[in-house]
Parts: sequence; structure tokens; C-alpha cells
Amino acid sequence: MTGQTSQNTLDSQDTINIQGNHACALGAVAAGCRFYAGYPITPSSEVAERLAKELPKVGGVFIQMEDEIASIAATLGASMGGVKSMTATSGPGFSLKQENLGYGMGAQIPCVVVNVMRGGPSTGMPTRPSQGDLMQARWGTHGDHPVIALTPGSVEEIYTQTARAFALSEQLRIPVLVLFDESLGHLVETIALPDVAEYENTVRKWASGKPEDYKPYRPDADGVAPMARPGDGYRVHTTGLTVSESGFPTQKSIEVDRAMKRLFNKMEINKDLIESFEDVDCEDAEVVIVALGIVGRAARMAVRELRAEGHKVGLFRPITLWPFPTQTFRKLTKKAKSFVVAEMNSGQMILEIGAAKQGKQTVCGLNRYDGDPISPSQIINAVKEVLDHE
Amino acid sequence: MNKHVIPQAEEPPEQNNQQNNQLENIRDFEIQDYLRLDLFPHFMCPGCGHGIALRALLWAIHDQGIDKNNLAIISGIGCSGRVGTYIDANTYHTTHGRPLAFATGLKMARPDLHVVVITGDGDCLAIGGNHLIHAARRNLDITCIMLNNEIYGMTGGQVSPTTPHDRFTTTTPAGNIEPVFDASRLAEAAGAGFVGREVTIHVPRLRDLISEGLDYKGFSFIEVMSDCTEINGRKNDLGSSSEMVLGQTRTMRPSEYDNNVVDHPFRPNSMNTGVFVKSNRPEYGASYRDMVDDIQEKQKGHSV
Repeated sequence: MTGQTSQNTLDSQDTINIQGNHACALGAVAAGCRFYAGYPITPSSEVAERLAKELPKVGGVFIQMEDEIASIAATLGASMGGVKSMTATSGPGFSLKQENLGYGMGAQIPCVVVNVMRGGPSTGMPTRPSQGDLMQARWGTHGDHPVIALTPGSVEEIYTQTARAFALSEQLRIPVLVLFDESLGHLVETIALPDVAEYENTVRKWASGKPEDYKPYRPDADGVAPMARPGDGYRVHTTGLTVSESGFPTQKSIEVDRAMKRLFNKMEINKDLIESFEDVDCEDAEVVIVALGIVGRAARMAVRELRAEGHKVGLFRPITLWPFPTQTFRKLTKKAKSFVVAEMNSGQMILEIGAAKQGKQTVCGLNRYDGDPISPSQIINAVKEVLDHE
Repeated sequence: MNKHVIPQAEEPPEQNNQQNNQLENIRDFEIQDYLRLDLFPHFMCPGCGHGIALRALLWAIHDQGIDKNNLAIISGIGCSGRVGTYIDANTYHTTHGRPLAFATGLKMARPDLHVVVITGDGDCLAIGGNHLIHAARRNLDITCIMLNNEIYGMTGGQVSPTTPHDRFTTTTPAGNIEPVFDASRLAEAAGAGFVGREVTIHVPRLRDLISEGLDYKGFSFIEVMSDCTEINGRKNDLGSSSEMVLGQTRTMRPSEYDNNVVDHPFRPNSMNTGVFVKSNRPEYGASYRDMVDDIQEKQKGHSV
């Protein structure tokens, strides 16, 4: 990198008025991101615009590529060079990124991919919010693969979770997705930028020892194999083909089985590190609302009002959507008789709640896909309807 | 494209010296030093031109004195995509059509590396066509070797953007009716700083062309006419592999001979060989770093 410095663009004590997309960009720089490749697309373009300004100041690289596919390919290339790298997109752009997202997952290349969700399918509603990409984030690229997707619910959380995405990505050698919708991306809030030095200081494990003994896909006890940069003398092969520990392709069933387990084991071993959520009064709640992102905010207000009326209602808000924190969700919602899953799509997270619940609770969906966010009163009404049936 | 015009096919006077140097050079170059021999036998079919191109590339890398620890070889998908795996360097077998985009990220993040892309006619011109024209436009310091075998070999012999007219392939059972791309002219038009084409029968010429491309500071596009004997050759009765390689001298025309009207050995053919473009356009990475220096300088002035 050219003249790399670690100085943050803003003093972390400052209180600033900032838009979600800009907070995403600053969170990335604060976490040590020094490479961004992107392609203009609404409603995520401000992430790129801010980074085009910020990255040169810290000696980083900003490049606008010819398309979304090239953007993520360049991001992966830069990451293989040893630099914390990111790309951001929305809607159709996220579809185009799926191919190389799979390459990053298979070859275990750290990077951060931000998706500012807009209405779909296809071109849909570029300037309207949606949570229609939750399942695409989980299963969008072909083949079996693990995934980490973070879903911040405020401008401040966009800043911290983007920074955290880099730390998880570096530590676990995996592309990490950050999903938030258009309304959060364009929301302006006054925040004090939190200290993310911990995330900035988290870098991937580098290979050490003799090159002849190094295996690029031999995991340590934490399930993650150290990486080697070009120039370090290891001369490693990287491929999207299924590989043995040596990094070269294999089709032997025993080796393929090991290769797949390598992808999933690191997720299981580091479950506690990955998991994050917000729990509002779930402990004694008979009705638990499950909501994420901007809907989580409306749900928090709904819980407050319903509690004031004497109803035992709680909120479970996944911040790490994938892998879904199933065990924790079960533990926290033991008293629940029913779930209200509020989401800005026709019913995606509800499928996971159906699978995660342990018992005979009813699961009701509150869905909105008309381009407007779900309001607190809608959630209150949905919960009351459920309470009436009990 | 016809920039190098030599009216007579006379031998240049320094030819003997060059030959002596070449002999010394042959003794000096050991291909084993640049290969992952534990991966052998390789996957290439008997007679495939890709192995010859690989040798010429490694020889050129040797001639340029490039340290293989600082060499990044990036390839896409297809027969060309598998060639890089055998090189004992930092090798990246990326997704179909995307090696130039991947290479752009790597070279921007790590300007200290020598970045070489090995791609094919399908990888580079069809699925990766957009990345080619923009890599050429930016003129980032990447050497792109496009192995043009005029067919999709790995998938069993389907028509490609460079399959000649009337050629039979598995997806043109009645003969190809599509016009072909001239990849070198495309790269030139898009702004590549260095463009050249060579055939696999002339290994020293190919080596020297690649060597010049590696040395060039900017985007160098080198098209290698490489025979697919097993799939393309068989299907079209193009002869044995040696007949196909020898056929290159009839169908290709070094650019030196372009205006030579008395010359008969070469069939008039738009596919000429040699260096077509060598310009002094600014290299993108250097321009970017200059811009960063300016921004950081101004920032310093601001904070004082």
C-alpha cells in the first residue's frame, strides 16, 4: 500500500450528524479497510462516494470498477494481497456478486460485502427500503457454504457492525455480509463514533515457519488456517475448485468431505464470537416479536407501549442474522407462547423461526413489502391480535 | 496495426549476435525451476499449444529476472485457466472471465508484485470481455496472455468468439456462421499500452514478445495462437498436431511482411503477428499513487 497510516479520519470523541451509508464507510476505514472496489448503485452509492474521499487520505485504494462482478473480484484480489478490503452494493448488484462471493467462501478469502437493501425483485424500487435479501444472503451463491451476515439496526450500529465485519472476516477467513435497508442507509442520526480499535487490531493469522511445511488449508485449533501473502515466500495456489489441505484440487471423496467440514467447523468452533443479538424483555414474555434492522426499532417502541399496558411482550433482534443464533433464541424465549415475526418482505426470517422454535408456539408473520417501513402501531396491532387468540 | 514495415525480408545484421545470446540463454534457463513438478503429469492433451506457450512464458519470466516469490499468476476458467497451476509462484485460479478484475485489485493493493494473467478466448473475450476492455482502458501494469485456441476446449469443444467461419464445433454442427473477434485489435482500440500476437511454432519470438510485454509498464495484451489439436483439430480434420503447428506458418503473417508484395510463403490473412502497439500512455497505478501523494500533501498543509 502507498504510505499506509492507521489514523482514523475522525476523532472518535466527536459527536457528528451522519448518514447510515457514510457511517458504514467510516466504520470500514476505522477498522483498517484500505481497499474498496465498487460500482454505482442506489441506494448504496454514498458508501462508495465517502470512501472515494476517505481512502486516499489514509493511503488506501478506491477504485470504481466496470461492473459489480469486477468490483468483488478486485476486492478478493486485494485481500489476497494482504489488505483489508470491501465492496458495497444494493439489489441487482448483490445478485451479480453471488458468483465471486462463493469463490471467497470456498477459497476462504476475507472481505466485507455490504448490501443496502432496496425493493425487488429485479430493479424493483431503488429508493425504497426492503428486507427482501435475507434469504439471498444465506443461500444466494451456489453450493453448500457457511455465511456470516450482520444486520445493524441504527446508524451507530452500522458503524460498529461494519467495523466488526472486518474483524470477523479477518479472524475467520470468510467474506462477511453487512445488510441494512435503504431507510437506515439514508437515515441521518447524531452519534458519537464508538471506539473500534479492537476491530482495527484484529488481523488474519499469517503463515510462519518453513514454506515446505506450510499447508494453506490446514486449520489450527480455532478451525482457521493461517494465510500467506504473495512475497512472503510461500508461493501458494488459490482456486475455487475443492481442494485438499495443500490448496490443490481434489475429487477424492475423503478429501472433499474434509474440505467441506473445514468450511463449517470454523463456524461451529467460533459460534460465540459470531453470535450477536438484542434481547428486550424476552425472559418472561408470552409473545416475542422477532425483528431486525429498522423494524427492530419499531418493535422496541411497540414492546415499551405494550408493556405499559401490562402485556408480557418481548423483542428478539438478531444482529448476526446468519448463522441464526438458534440455541440462544430457544433459551431466551422459553416462556413464549407465540412469536410475531415482523419483516419487510413476504416472509423470509419466519422460515428460520419456524425451524428454531422448540415447542408448539404459534408463529405469526407481519409482512410489509410496499416500500414503507413497518410502523410501531402495526406491530402493536399484530401482537394484540395474537394476544386475543390466546 | 501495420506499424512495422520492413520492405525486404533481409536478415538484420545483429542476427548472429542474437543467436549466440539465445544459445547461452537456453543453457541458463531450466524450466523445472519454475514448475510445480509434483503436480505432473499435467492435464493438457497431446499437441496442445498451451504447453508451448507456458514454456515461452516461463522463459520470458526467467529472462526478465523476475523473482517467483513476487510473481502472481492469475487465471480464469477453461484450459487456459488450468495452465497457471503448474507454475511455482503465487497462483490464483479465479472465476470464469474474472482474472483481469481480480488482478486489478491485487496489483492496486500490491504494486510491488509482477502480475501476469493467463486467460483464454472464451474467458477473456466472451464472459470476461467487459473486464478486458476496461483493463486495457485503465492501462494498469498487468501482463495479459490470452491463449487463443479458437474453441471452448475444457467443456468439450463449443464455438467461441474466435472460432473461424464454417468451423464445426459441438454447438455449430452445421458450421459456424458467426463473425470472429480480432482480440488484438479490440485491445488496441480499448487503449492497451502494449499489444502483440505470436504463434506457438515460433517459440523464441513468442518468448521475446512476452518478455517485452512483461517489461512494459502498463497493460500489455499478448495474444498467443495456440492449437487445440484434440478437439478443434479432430472435429475439423485440421491434421495431426504437428501438421497443425506447421500450418501456422501458412495462415499467420509476421507484420514485417505486411507490405511485401513479392512474398509468397504467407497466405493473405488478417491475423498477422508481431508487436502492434507500444505506447507511452500513463500507467494507472502510478497515476493513482501520484494522486494519493497530492491528497496527502494537501492534507498535511491543511492540518499545519
